[in-house]
Amino acid sequence: MLFLRPASVLLSVLASLALAGAALAADLATLVGNLASGGLSEREAAITALAASGDERAAPILEALGAGQLYTRTSDKLVVIGKTEGNRLALTEAVSGKPAGNAVEADLERVRVNNRLRGTIEAAVGSLTLMSPNARTRLSAADALFKRRDATALAALDQALAVEKDPRIKRAMSEARAAIVLATSDSPPAQKLAAIALVRERGDRDSLGILKTVAAASDGEVKTAATAGAESIEQTLAAWQMAQNVWYGISLGSVLLLAAIGLAITFGTMGVINMAHGEMVMLGAYTTFVVQEVIRTSAPHLFDVSLVIALPLAFLVSGAIGILIERTIIRFLYGRPLDTLLATWGLSLVLQQAVRSIFGSSNREVGAPSWMSGTFQLGQLNITYGRLWIVVFALVVFVALILLLRKTPLGLYMRAVTQNRPMASAVGIRTPRVDALTFGLGSGIAGLAGVALSQIDNVSPNLGQGYIIDSFMVVVFGGVGNLFGTLIGALTLGVVNKFLEPYAGAVLGKILVLVFIIMFIQRRPRGLFALKGRSVE
Amino acid sequence: MKLGTLMRTGLVAAGLVASAATSAFAQAGDTIKVGILHSLSGTMAISETTLKDVVLMMVEEQNKKGGLLGKKLEPVVVDPASNWPLFAEKARELLQKEKVAVVFGCWTSVSRKSVLPVFEELNGILFYPVQYEGQESQRNVFYTGAAPNQQAIPAVDYLMSKDGGDVKRWVLAGTDYVYPRTTNKILEAYLLQKGVPKEDIMINYTPFGHSDWQSIVADIKKFGSAGKKTAVVSTINGDANVPFYKELGNQGIKAKDIPVVAFSVGEEELAGIDTKPLVGHLAAWNYFQSVKDPANAEFIKTWQAFTKNPKRVTNDPMEASVIGFNMWVEAVKKAGTTDPDKVIDAIIGIKVPNLSGGISEMLPNHHITKPVLIGEIEGNGQFDVVWKTPGLVPGAAWSPILDDSKNLKADWTKPVNCGNFDTVANKCIGKAAK
Repeated sequence: MLFLRPASVLLSVLASLALAGAALAADLATLVGNLASGGLSEREAAITALAASGDERAAPILEALGAGQLYTRTSDKLVVIGKTEGNRLALTEAVSGKPAGNAVEADLERVRVNNRLRGTIEAAVGSLTLMSPNARTRLSAADALFKRRDATALAALDQALAVEKDPRIKRAMSEARAAIVLATSDSPPAQKLAAIALVRERGDRDSLGILKTVAAASDGEVKTAATAGAESIEQTLAAWQMAQNVWYGISLGSVLLLAAIGLAITFGTMGVINMAHGEMVMLGAYTTFVVQEVIRTSAPHLFDVSLVIALPLAFLVSGAIGILIERTIIRFLYGRPLDTLLATWGLSLVLQQAVRSIFGSSNREVGAPSWMSGTFQLGQLNITYGRLWIVVFALVVFVALILLLRKTPLGLYMRAVTQNRPMASAVGIRTPRVDALTFGLGSGIAGLAGVALSQIDNVSPNLGQGYIIDSFMVVVFGGVGNLFGTLIGALTLGVVNKFLEPYAGAVLGKILVLVFIIMFIQRRPRGLFALKGRSVE
Repeated sequence: MKLGTLMRTGLVAAGLVASAATSAFAQAGDTIKVGILHSLSGTMAISETTLKDVVLMMVEEQNKKGGLLGKKLEPVVVDPASNWPLFAEKARELLQKEKVAVVFGCWTSVSRKSVLPVFEELNGILFYPVQYEGQESQRNVFYTGAAPNQQAIPAVDYLMSKDGGDVKRWVLAGTDYVYPRTTNKILEAYLLQKGVPKEDIMINYTPFGHSDWQSIVADIKKFGSAGKKTAVVSTINGDANVPFYKELGNQGIKAKDIPVVAFSVGEEELAGIDTKPLVGHLAAWNYFQSVKDPANAEFIKTWQAFTKNPKRVTNDPMEASVIGFNMWVEAVKKAGTTDPDKVIDAIIGIKVPNLSGGISEMLPNHHITKPVLIGEIEGNGQFDVVWKTPGLVPGAAWSPILDDSKNLKADWTKPVNCGNFDTVANKCIGKAAK
């Protein structure tokens, strides 16, 4: 009897443990059930409860919910996580994590979320993944909590802070903790002051927002500290904004340079007012689209190099069409600028409508390869890889063109013909052929620009129209016939534009730039870098 | 010689046959002509071509049902080429030369304004299917798109609510022309009325086709870091949207931080963008393709069959075209004639089903009742409806929020019969107000 007692106690303890386990699982099931049904507030409560449960299944379920991968199966109302596999979705049971076959999207009902829930989910996932073995997950969890400032995550943060080894993540976590302390109105002033110091050191836009809120909501010492902190951040950010404007200006300048550099050849050196130049750019962009379509359907693994493949093709397509135009229309109009202008303008409309008839009038999607998407942080400066590559590309094209003109026989012929046509002809250069090649080169470079512009602008039949006026402005401003002038002109206009925009607005900014160029041309009719010598006459 | 004569005779014969054929056609063609005035080339072709196809489809469907008043409908398509003065010329051509019974057309407000005098002078009927800035009601025009109180105001209300994120700070960004400027004027007045301080409203305009959004998006980011929940209300139109959204994605502005609610971005506009980074940004319309309704499912099926493209999307102005077309058909049936004066009188009070499960009615101010839906962009280029007005909202021609229009009302029934009736002075202002 005596030794039976402990056994029965043990038994009952075991039984209650098993029961508790069952209750926990049941809880998870109910909570997940609540996630998938009910109104917004109930679902929000379910998310917070899931986060508080600390269950290891909760994080993947919430992540799936945030990514729109949580479904209810129509046939049996089972809540599942669906991952795309080909054209079907591979399902796993949400509560147990066991595989549950697969299904097409039509058999499933997606669990809907809106922005409010997305915010809650972000905070919940953040507090659940603070202890994750993966350093990057922990860092993004800390960042999410910094943004959401969810007071319920404080305990989890403290726990994570105690064991965190990585100094960077530790810092992010203490910043998140500070943000939460500041967002909680009843935390002690001493803690708040320490938190303000931490947030002030972080010094980005989000920190500024936090400090401004604190300054507005509190008084006494905390208010003074927060105000001082906000001011110091604002000063640093103002300096960074200068840098940002310069970078945006260079980026815009590189786009202008790409669009104008082909025109600098056809208009600048040949003197042909080619209104269809923008359409050559557009053709380059559409070539990129076609290349990507072919790659998507037949060789998806090549997608990352699609732009590299598109470059030579775009050059050839636009260049060939350029040569065709030169041979069939423009060569009959040399020396008649007005007629050339009208003919090429008409041509530009023909090309636009042709593209519209073939590809349709709606925009075409040109994707960004992985190495061109995303951003990186340089101090407080956000630089996108796409823009960075376009700047690099513009400079490469520019250098290549200079080398072509200076170092190759073709370049020599081109310069000879444009400088003194009769003499060039007299020494045996076939000037018509050189004309056609020069025009083809200018058009081909426009095609290259099209590949780059397809990354930042609409690929639509109107793509070229937006750039034609800017291109002429750059070439005229930089000095007709001078490639370096085009480079300097494009960058100057880009930077000036970006410095004017914040003060004058985009519309007035553009007008001011135009007025500036008109005034400038009055003073220096030949642009920034005028060609000197007899050839000009 | 002989061959020449032969050929000449042949030509004459062919000519005779041809002319006989056309005259026969004209006779048998005791048809009712339906004019379609949408740009098929130029910048607006991207949006307007679709509407032309919708009207063509509706005409075809109507003819399958046996036409109208025992006659076949005959579509007459002209291309005003996104050229505003050309809109007026083409409208004149439709009304005077083709003698059409009704015209479906225009997209931009400036094109509508350019054709107004023509429709007034020649007493035609125009159905205008696009959301617009309001502040107008003309006897010959029926506005089946949304007025500001059917799109902009409810959208702002939603963002101010708890579900919408409790927004306190507002960026009103638009393309620089009449629709965004008027809409933003109304919105600004509305926000001030709601107690939003002036420094919490930022207004920004950009030119048509603006492509470099880096500094404006950075500005929005800066404006949004003042410690208050910020949202962008976008009346950015047409092509400029794609680079705008791309830049938002680039600079990492997520919908849960700074949501953007757009009034001119629909399924068609999203077709050219990868929408994954945009998930959660919003649009306010009166119709979405994703609306679950049998009438909508039927319409999508017919449309995809008509365009022979199983992936073709539908959008709000298409629904407005469909409603307008059906209302006109019902009005003609009611009047028993296509005579403009009779149809204009008969159409008031006509009710037809819309595609989101309600019944829209033509009001005496020539606007219609519609539901207002707010949708969030999904990863597949469609919208998920997250909010909906409880009932249908009647379109208001004149905004009660602006000082110059708060006393005005439009009523084209007797005894008022006026598009801008001043309820205080108790008289019709008439043309002087324009």
